Amino acid sequence: MKANLKYNAAWLGVMVLGFVVIDACEFLGIINSFIENMLVTIGINIILATGLNLIIGFSGQFSLGHAGFMAIGAYATGIITQTLVTPIGFYLSVVVGIVIAIIAALIVGIPTLRLRGDYLAIATMGAAEIIRILINNLKITNGAAGLFNIPPLVTWATVYVFMCVTTIVTVNFIHSRSGRAVMSVREDEIAAESMGINTTRWKLAAFVFGASTAAIGGSLHAAYIQTIAPGDFNIMASIAILIIVVLGGVGSITGTFIAAIVLGTLDTVLQNFGTLRMIIYSLALILIMIFKPSGLLGTWEFSFKRLGSRQRKEQSVHE
Amino acid sequence: MQTIGQQLINGLSLGSIYALLALGYTMVYGIIKLINFAHGDIYMLGAFWGYFVINKLHFNFLFAMLSAMLFCALVGVIIEYFAYRPLRKSPRITALITAIGVSFLLENGMTYFFTANTRNFPQAIQTVTYHIGGIRISNIQLLILGTACLLMLLLELIIKRTKMGKAMRAVSVDPEAAQLVGININHTISFTFALGSAMAGAAGVLIGLYYNSIDPLMGMTPGIKAFVAAVIGGIGSVPGASLGGFLIGLLETAVQAVGLSAYKDAVVYFVLIVILLVLPAGIFGKKTKEKV
Repeated sequence: MKANLKYNAAWLGVMVLGFVVIDACEFLGIINSFIENMLVTIGINIILATGLNLIIGFSGQFSLGHAGFMAIGAYATGIITQTLVTPIGFYLSVVVGIVIAIIAALIVGIPTLRLRGDYLAIATMGAAEIIRILINNLKITNGAAGLFNIPPLVTWATVYVFMCVTTIVTVNFIHSRSGRAVMSVREDEIAAESMGINTTRWKLAAFVFGASTAAIGGSLHAAYIQTIAPGDFNIMASIAILIIVVLGGVGSITGTFIAAIVLGTLDTVLQNFGTLRMIIYSLALILIMIFKPSGLLGTWEFSFKRLGSRQRKEQSVHE
Repeated sequence: MQTIGQQLINGLSLGSIYALLALGYTMVYGIIKLINFAHGDIYMLGAFWGYFVINKLHFNFLFAMLSAMLFCALVGVIIEYFAYRPLRKSPRITALITAIGVSFLLENGMTYFFTANTRNFPQAIQTVTYHIGGIRISNIQLLILGTACLLMLLLELIIKRTKMGKAMRAVSVDPEAAQLVGININHTISFTFALGSAMAGAAGVLIGLYYNSIDPLMGMTPGIKAFVAAVIGGIGSVPGASLGGFLIGLLETAVQAVGLSAYKDAVVYFVLIVILLVLPAGIFGKKTKEKV
């Protein structure tokens, strides 16, 4: 953390600048409610996909159940803010959602993370479906009809701040000692184990971390959209998050940002095409995957650190 | 006793549909390690083809099913050629996303061109219900069970007794070694897709006849459940897929009969997780030792 303080400060600057730019556009009326909706969706998708990228790209575990944890966060917010209609109620519900998601991730993760590859994907998908079916049949969640009229306690600014905070925490986790342990599990589980790394523990850590960010994304989704139903969190929702991760490049947080922005914009532009929209979307997906199999950015990451060291190198060459 | 017998019959009919679908998943996964998400949609195409030829061309049931199998085999080969073949060397997650893309394309393409309406499948065969010892069995249930068993037997013979079947087994064990002994990998994989898709096409026509209604999104849930069946049976194993299919079918009807129909999918996934934890490679799966 301390070693990266300079770069974290640089990123903080970028984030503040982004905030000011969006705020100015909002003030000048360039951003209407339609575009604001798109930006918020992109922001929530970035939170969700960053968490999933940590699980898939950095710990190498293939999870297909991200929407299940998102549902936990969304329903925690939906239920709590109906009685506690204050911002404090919202933040409390975020914390409750995270805690429940962590417990659920531990229950799901401890047995299933022994499985590998596609088997793990199917098991996590099954676990997420079980969560969804439970929500679908419980009284407190209002069954298949879902919850509506959730108080609008979230603005685009809240989503933006949450997006920045989760990204900074995730990236710092990746660049820490723990993050290197997680990545060593991805590279070679046996070698990592022989170096004294408790592979199960770090796999579980990444999984739980991802699940808690998914819960945050779900809380924001519930409070911004104001209507949630169990059908919003089915397998297709998990796959939609997976598509962002793979399209951006597995193991690249920068790629996740770009893919979320590209897909969000594409989705908004294609609204005009009506039913043709999904056909164009699926064709675009197939073509990008065929011509760019490693995703838009592969594992490339934008980094101030590298930028800085390159400049220093250039200076020393000139001297 | 009677209700148990009745549920057994219902479960076996449903299970044979899942088994036919699971065969396609298991063969494709066995040979190129791809979860072919579009498989459920090929089953949907099979059902629509049956609907079309029976209504418009007045085919009888047998020809409708055979032509649907042929049509689906062709579609499967085309999809493999255009969408999966260019990606054979790339990371597997990429191929998975492409398969999801193909699935979206088939679902939304059909919705776009033929609307999302549910339609009634033509009754090509008059339903006759037999009463045996208090159990109701319709001729359609018998037909489904019989056709499914016949097709599975045929498939087992193709894989075990023909030259192409031998090639398929060889490629699934070691593609490079298979190439060295003169097996054309591309032809073998295309053949595998054709076989699997033909099974899905047959399942589509049979389910149309059984449930009487088809729509462009009908392939989604059965597709995922059939994949679960293939995993339970041990992915890559043909008898395993059949067994898994029947197990899922029986389980679903049993849960429904107990009165927990709202939880039937949850029970299926729960059993999946338990089986994977006890037998990580499924019931008939090969255990692979890890080399250090």
